Amino acid sequence: MSEASPEAQPRTPTARREALHFALRNRKLVVGTIIIGVFLVAAVFGPMTIDHKPTDYVGPPMTPPSSEFWFGTTTFGQDVFAQFLYGLRSTFLVGALGGVLAAAVGMVVGFVAGYRGGWVDELLNMLTNIVLVLPALVVLLIVNAYLGVRSIGVQALFIGLTSWPWAARAIRAQTFSLRSRDFVDLARLSGVRTPKIILREIAPNMSSYLFLTFILLFGSAILIAASLDFIGLGPTDSVSLGLMLNNAARWSALQLGMWWWFIPPGAGITAIVGALYVMNVGLDEVFNPKLREM
Amino acid sequence: MMLKLDGVSKVYRVGAFGGRELKAVSDVSFEVGEGEVVSLIGESGSGKSTIGRMILRLASISSGTITFDGRDITSIKDRKEYYRQVQGVFQDPFSCYNPVFRADRVFSMIKEQYFPRVGADEWRKRVAAALESVRLDPGNVLGKYPHQLSGGQLQRMLIARAVLLDIRLLVADEIISMLDASTRIDVLNLLADLRARGLGILFVTHDLSLGNYVSDRTVVLRHGKIVEMGRTDLVFGNPVHPYTRSLLASVPRLHTKWADVATGDDVPCAYHEAPRDSRTRPGLAEVEAGHWVACAGCAASGIEEKKIKEKA
Amino acid sequence: MALKVTDLRVYYRTLRGEVKALDGVTFSVADGEIMGLAGESGSGKSTLAKSLIRLDGRMRHVGGTVELDGRAMPLSDDTAMDEFRFRKVSLIPQYSMSALNPTRKIGKMIGELLESRGERPDRAELERRLELVGLSKDVLDRYPIELSGGMKQRVVMVISTLLNPSLLIADEVTSALDVSSQKAVATTLLGFRDHGLVTSMMVVTHDISLVYQIADTIMVMYAGRLAEKAPADALVNAPRHPYTQQLISALPEVGVRYEDRRLTGIPGNPPSLLNPPGGCRFRDRCPLASGQCAEQPPFAEVAPGHFVACWKAE
Repeated sequence: MSEASPEAQPRTPTARREALHFALRNRKLVVGTIIIGVFLVAAVFGPMTIDHKPTDYVGPPMTPPSSEFWFGTTTFGQDVFAQFLYGLRSTFLVGALGGVLAAAVGMVVGFVAGYRGGWVDELLNMLTNIVLVLPALVVLLIVNAYLGVRSIGVQALFIGLTSWPWAARAIRAQTFSLRSRDFVDLARLSGVRTPKIILREIAPNMSSYLFLTFILLFGSAILIAASLDFIGLGPTDSVSLGLMLNNAARWSALQLGMWWWFIPPGAGITAIVGALYVMNVGLDEVFNPKLREM
Repeated sequence: MMLKLDGVSKVYRVGAFGGRELKAVSDVSFEVGEGEVVSLIGESGSGKSTIGRMILRLASISSGTITFDGRDITSIKDRKEYYRQVQGVFQDPFSCYNPVFRADRVFSMIKEQYFPRVGADEWRKRVAAALESVRLDPGNVLGKYPHQLSGGQLQRMLIARAVLLDIRLLVADEIISMLDASTRIDVLNLLADLRARGLGILFVTHDLSLGNYVSDRTVVLRHGKIVEMGRTDLVFGNPVHPYTRSLLASVPRLHTKWADVATGDDVPCAYHEAPRDSRTRPGLAEVEAGHWVACAGCAASGIEEKKIKEKA
Repeated sequence: MALKVTDLRVYYRTLRGEVKALDGVTFSVADGEIMGLAGESGSGKSTLAKSLIRLDGRMRHVGGTVELDGRAMPLSDDTAMDEFRFRKVSLIPQYSMSALNPTRKIGKMIGELLESRGERPDRAELERRLELVGLSKDVLDRYPIELSGGMKQRVVMVISTLLNPSLLIADEVTSALDVSSQKAVATTLLGFRDHGLVTSMMVVTHDISLVYQIADTIMVMYAGRLAEKAPADALVNAPRHPYTQQLISALPEVGVRYEDRRLTGIPGNPPSLLNPPGGCRFRDRCPLASGQCAEQPPFAEVAPGHFVACWKAE
């Protein structure tokens, strides 16, 4: 019977409201969210404002940014701004699909391994470790190279299926510590079945953690996709920020001083991934009382 | 007898590759009848909570059997049916509630699993009645989050939750050790009231005075083995095992100082002093009617003995 | 007079406002006195203990003074307090078993600790003190993980008293221990005083029957204020404050069975310390409460060494 910590009684009525209170006051989270929000709006609505395809040859080649072509044009007279907006769209798509898939696989493996324990745990752990030590990029290279038509969906699928292991490990560890808590025992004593216990007792307790995991997976999927695109293994049927970089490099944009061709996609990827990580740190501070600055 | 443990043991595999065995409970046998409070007393590492968890089927039984109404509990396939009759309340009321949800979720969980067809109004009435039976005002506790309630209120809600089912046996594992002194006695009295309604209660505790206050029979455990058991008045009034004696001498009392409590060392081993035909249970001799004791020397193996010396 | 606390107020900053965890306490501890400090959760006993050592980030020293051996302690000045910590006031924390650095051998850790305070370790003296608490000198060459909980507890006790502090504060040191280790630890505390290693002691606990075993005086706190302070025997056998009376009669003892004597608890809950009501804070739960209790009763001496904060105590 230790003395209750003084904040035990006078906490705000609900944990959610408390999280919101800190969320609105956390500069990292707010800034990160605004950056992502702006890019997201541009990716969703931007392409609608453009009446030509991003790959169309619409203007004079190699012109620097002007009022007509905001981000200038490529060696072939393609509109860089249009490519950028369409590229943003595929970048978010790849991030979301890859991130969701990786998070889903990671959660299933992590929850089952952590809750069941025993041989199930050992088996899943082995699987996790195998995928973890696979040189994911090399596998992606090989698979991608052998696949004739490459689409964003296929790319997301491969990213999702190779980047879940660390998420699974983290979720397994969390589940492991939560399953020995008394309220899980109480649910078992109430006759609640295992899947429901995982879903309704354990998962809500790590919702913030799951959210953070998803954000990190989202960011890493974008990075992996960009690297694949850059080395020429991007989608063959659309535009992406990575592909833009790839084209810029292929046609010697740097040497020709065409900075407007490679700066926007490079800065875009950096800003999105950077903002996601800053958001992640901010969210961590919101959810974790120990990190809150008073 | 409603609940019967017969030679129950629990072995944990420890160390790399599960190479070593740790016997948390060895060969424990006792019974709990209807309308009877049995207290299971032991210090940390005595295996008392493990026994409670085995009865609640939260831990597997390594060997021996636990029967409920004559049926081996591991043979009862329908866990829900078992939990309708046997429930548990644990030590830390705060960790028994999922902090994300309102505290009264423990009741709706019961409704969902056991009484899905009961109407909302009827259920509300039942919850209110159960809360009143544990002396809580429904208006004060319903709809609140766990951190808004005190430990005593939370613990009583858990007892009310058990009462909502037609339970016949309650395993109460250290349920008052985290409560404040001014409220713990009320929870203890509550157990006595439940007993009067015919409930069997296994009261697991490390606190001898609490066990003594509430129980009909007492089982003293040490390192997973029973050292002494029997009617509470006999075990506490005439402890014959040196371990029980030293425990009793160490308990801080309110009106007597430690210095004034005689320990009475060097008593001969009661188990071996007693006639052979009094060894009515395995490893236990019946020193008087309804009072068993184990051999004073057998309970401790080498390592355990060393540990005791360090503590003393 | 070793310790003299006058009208001490320490509040906690929280989101919803200030929690008046310690709201005007005045008492003193004499040289050589072992004072038990008892109270339930939220009574302010741990806040009082912590305040005398270190205010954490959320604690604020609002008012009042603390004097130790005639010198005022600068509670809110963390650096100035260093002069007092460990040398003059020392604390055995609640979870001291986990306070030992697992990567250092005990002896090395103690050496480093003393050096950081500018002291030279005296091996012979150290061994003598370990012996006093029933540990062999071998523990100095062991890692914390090799020791049992009770042994670690005693190592921390030796460390806390190395510089012979005037005041030793033991914060719930027995609450995580088994009955038999509880007795050993409590007796060791008594030995510290009897061997002159510490001058006075404050033993913070929720367990009155335990502290009764070793304390000279017991002080009971309730909702951030003092309720009663008296010699241990007087407090246990003839308490004057209604709260102490009810608290003590609610404690089951070995030999008391509910069939013979049904004990009762104290109905109700302590008030919230966020906006505590004026007057006596026990008023709502007190059977003797009257209109007069709307005014805070003084912590008055009703008999030699027996202080009570209640209008009804005469």
